[in-house]
Amino acid sequence: MKVKLCGASGGRLGVLAGLGRSGAAALPLPGCLLYTRTGSAPHLTRDTLQAVGGVPAVAQLTLPTVAELHEVLQEYKEGAAKFIGMPDAVLYCSLHDPVTPCPSGYNTNKTVSLWGNSGRMEMTASKFMDIQRAIQPDWFQCISDGDTISGEVGRKRAKKSVDRSLSFLDICLQLLEESPELQGSVMFGAIEGGDILEERLRSARETAKRPVGGFLLDGFQGCAMAKETKLKLIASVTAELPEDKPRIIHGVGKPDEVLECIERGVDIFESFFPFQVTERGCALVFSYDCPPDPEAAVLKQNGAQDLEKNGAEDDQDEISKADPEMTPFEIFLKDKRYEDDFGPLLEGCTCYCCQRHTRAYVHHLLVTNELLAGVLLMMHNFQHYFSFFSAIRDALRDSKLDQLKKLVCRQALQGSANAKPGQ
Amino acid sequence: MSPPPRRGPARRPKPQHGGRVALVTTASGGDAAAAGSAGHVGEREDGGAQGGGAEPAPLLRVTAECGRSRARAGELRLPHGPVPCPVFMPVGTRGTAKGVTAAQLAALGCRICLGNTYHLGTRPGPELVQRAGGLHGFMDWPHNLLTDSGGFQMVSLAELSEVTEEGVRFRSPTAGRRCCSAPRSPWRSRTPWVREGGGWCLNPQPPVPSPAGADIVMQLDDVVSSTTTGPRVRGGHAQVRPLARPLHRRQPPPRAAEPLRHRPGGLDPALRTQCLEAMTLRDVPGFAIGGLSGGEEKDRFWRMVKLSTDRLPRDKPRYLMGVGYATDLVVCVALGCDMFDCVFPTRTARFGSALVPWGSLQLKNERFARDFRPIDESCRCPTCRRHSRAYLHALIRSETAALHHLTVHNIAYQLNLMGSIRESILAQRFPEFVRGFLGAMYGPRERVPPWVLEALAAVGITLD
Repeated sequence: MKVKLCGASGGRLGVLAGLGRSGAAALPLPGCLLYTRTGSAPHLTRDTLQAVGGVPAVAQLTLPTVAELHEVLQEYKEGAAKFIGMPDAVLYCSLHDPVTPCPSGYNTNKTVSLWGNSGRMEMTASKFMDIQRAIQPDWFQCISDGDTISGEVGRKRAKKSVDRSLSFLDICLQLLEESPELQGSVMFGAIEGGDILEERLRSARETAKRPVGGFLLDGFQGCAMAKETKLKLIASVTAELPEDKPRIIHGVGKPDEVLECIERGVDIFESFFPFQVTERGCALVFSYDCPPDPEAAVLKQNGAQDLEKNGAEDDQDEISKADPEMTPFEIFLKDKRYEDDFGPLLEGCTCYCCQRHTRAYVHHLLVTNELLAGVLLMMHNFQHYFSFFSAIRDALRDSKLDQLKKLVCRQALQGSANAKPGQ
Repeated sequence: MSPPPRRGPARRPKPQHGGRVALVTTASGGDAAAAGSAGHVGEREDGGAQGGGAEPAPLLRVTAECGRSRARAGELRLPHGPVPCPVFMPVGTRGTAKGVTAAQLAALGCRICLGNTYHLGTRPGPELVQRAGGLHGFMDWPHNLLTDSGGFQMVSLAELSEVTEEGVRFRSPTAGRRCCSAPRSPWRSRTPWVREGGGWCLNPQPPVPSPAGADIVMQLDDVVSSTTTGPRVRGGHAQVRPLARPLHRRQPPPRAAEPLRHRPGGLDPALRTQCLEAMTLRDVPGFAIGGLSGGEEKDRFWRMVKLSTDRLPRDKPRYLMGVGYATDLVVCVALGCDMFDCVFPTRTARFGSALVPWGSLQLKNERFARDFRPIDESCRCPTCRRHSRAYLHALIRSETAALHHLTVHNIAYQLNLMGSIRESILAQRFPEFVRGFLGAMYGPRERVPPWVLEALAAVGITLD
C-alpha cells in the first residue's frame, strides 16, 4: 500500500496503489470507502450495487457487525471478503460503526467495548487480533481508545486515550508480525488525544515512529468539539505525518466538512453519510459541478433550487415530518410536495433511480413503507456521493478546489437560512 | 431568476407498443366490427395471418398438450410481449415487487406481474397513476401487468367494504375516504376511476383511458371466503348480471384482455356449476378461477379446480387466482390451469424462508449459522451464485438486504419451476416431471399428501 501524490495544491490528489492481496487495486485520493453493514452495502444486493456508478474499490467492514461472526469465520477459514460474497473487494475493517453511537465510559487500560446487535462486547488487544485473523482484511484499524468525543474530557482523559492506544498498537504490531494469516494485511495506527493539541501531536509523532501502514484520525466524530478546534487539530496532526502514508478520518461525511478536511491533508473518508440520508427518506441533491463562470454558479443548478425550497413553505397538512438531523444537502421525499412531482430525484443524474423513476414514485414507496424506497434512495445517494468525490479530484486537478468549496458551502448556508422557522 | 417549473407530465415518454391497442380483445358477435377496426391499428405480425385482422388473435396459443393430463403449454399474447405459460405472476401490490427493482424482476425472466387495484386506488390513487403514464410508467415496468379486481380485498378487508349490486364500496383505511369498485368498469379497460364525493370510484362513465393501463384487468367479483356457506355465496351471482350488460350493448372493445373471473359458488359444486354455465355463455378472452385460496381443505380445493377446468373452454386461458405453493402449482397445471399468482413466495422471503425443491429453509434458524452451502446448489439465481446460507443467516438479523436476497431467490424459484413445467410439457414428459418433483418434495410415495395423489390420478397421472 503506497500513496502516490500528484502534487496538486490545496489537497493531496493522488492514488493509493498496491491495494489488496494481489496489489492490483487502487483507490484514487481523496476518496471514500464503500460503507457496509454486516458486509453488505445497506439495502443493496450485488445486482443493485453493480448498477451504482463509481463504487469505490475498498469496502468498509465494521467490527461490531462481524465480531459476532468470529467463530463462524474461524471455521470458514477463507476470510470475510469471500464470506460476504465480495471476494474481489479490498476490505478495510474499522473498530466501530460510524452510524451506531458508542456509549461513553466502557473502555479500560486492557479493553475497548464494541456495541453490536447483541449488545456490548469487550475487546482486548489479543482478542481483537484473533478476530482480525479470522476476517483477514486487507487493511484494518488498530484497536484504540477513542472515547473522547463527548466534549467534556479533560487533559487527563486525553492523555489516557493516547497512552492506551499506543500500548494497544505495540501489542497488535507484535501479534501482526506473528500471524501468518495477516501477512498481507496492513494496520493503521489511530491518532487520539481528544481536543488537547499536545496530546494529539504526541499521538501523531509516536504513532508515526511505528511501522504502521497509515493513520486514522480518530475522535473527531460528532459535533461536541468546536469546528475551529477540530480543523486546527486536524491540520496540526497531518503536518506531523509522513507524506507517503494515507490518512483516513472517521465520522466526517457532510460535503462541506469533507472539503475542509481535504484541505487539511486528509485522504480517505467513509460513506455512511449517504446511508444516513437514505434512512431518513431523503435524497442528496447538492450541486458540485464547478461552472466555468463562477458568477453564473448555483442558480442554474436545479439541485440548489430544491435546496432553497427546503423548509421554505409551511405545510400544515403535512403528516410526515422530516428528521431534525436533515442537512441542507438533501430533500425529504416523503414531503407531500413530491406527491405529484414527476421529475427525477435530481435533474441530470445518471443513477438507476433517476433514469427510471420519479420523485412521485419514491414518495409513494416511502409513504407506503415499501422496501424499494430504501433500495432506490441508497442507489441514488451512493452514486451522488461517489461522484462528489470524483468532482473533488477533478477540482484539485484543475486547481478549482476553492470554487468547489464556495459552491458547497453556499448551499450549506442557504439551507440553514431557509430552515429557520417563519422566514 | 426563477427556473422553469419542474413539475409536469412523465419525463420520458415510454415507447408505445405497436400492438397494444389491437391486441387480444373479446370476439363477441356484437363487438366484431369494432374489434376488427381496432385490429388494423396495430401491426401485429400474426394479425394478418388470421383473416386480415378482422378476427383478433386469441389470447392463448396452445403449443403443446400433455398426452396424459390436462396440462398444456403455450403462450399468452399480450400487449407488452408474449408470455409463455403456464406462468406464475409475482405480486407487486403497490406498484413494486417488494424490494426488488423492475430491472431485477425482468432479469429473472418475469414478463408479467400483478398490481392490486384496491391498494393502488387507495395510494397513490388513480389520478396520480394516470398522470404518471399509467402503472407501467409509474413503476417503470416495460412488460405486462395484470390488475386484479379488488374482489379479494372484500374478504381480507371485509370490515372496510360494503357489497351492493352496483359494486363494492371500500372505506379507505388510511384517509377515511371512500373508494368504490363498480362491477361493470373493469369490463371496459379504458374506463376508469372517477372522483366521487370525497373518494375514488371505479365508474363506467365516461370512457377515458384506463389509469392503470394494465394489459389484463379483472372483472370485479364478489368474493366470499371459501369457508363461508349459505345466502352470501348465492349472492355472488350478482357478478354474472353486470357481466351480461356490456355484451348487450355496443361498446368499443376493451384494449386488453380480461379473463373474467368465474368463482361464485364457493365450495358448493352445484352453485359453482351453475355459475360456470352462466359464465361460459359469454364470449370473453379468458377465465379466472377464484375464491379458492382462502384456506379451504385441499380435498375440496382440487375438486373445485377440476370442476372448473372440466367446463371451461379449452382454447381460453384459465387463471387460478391466489395459488402459489409449489405442489399446488404442479397439481393445478395438471388439472389444466395456465396462470397463477400469489404473495406467498415474496411474503415468506420477508419472514426469512427460502424455497427449495424439498420445501423451504428457515434461514433464521441457528442450524444455518455455519452452513456454507448456497440455499440450493442447483439454483442459478443471483443469490445462490454468490451467498451462503451462513452469510444470509448472519445478514438477516439486522439488514433488509437479506430480505432482498431471499425475495430474488424465491421469485427465481417460482419462475424456474414454471419453466421446468413448460419444458416438460413441450417435451411430452410432464408425468415424469411430476413424479420427479414429488419425489424431491416429499421423498417416498407414502409421504405425498393423499389429495395430491387423488387429484393427479383424476387426470391420469400416477406415481408408479
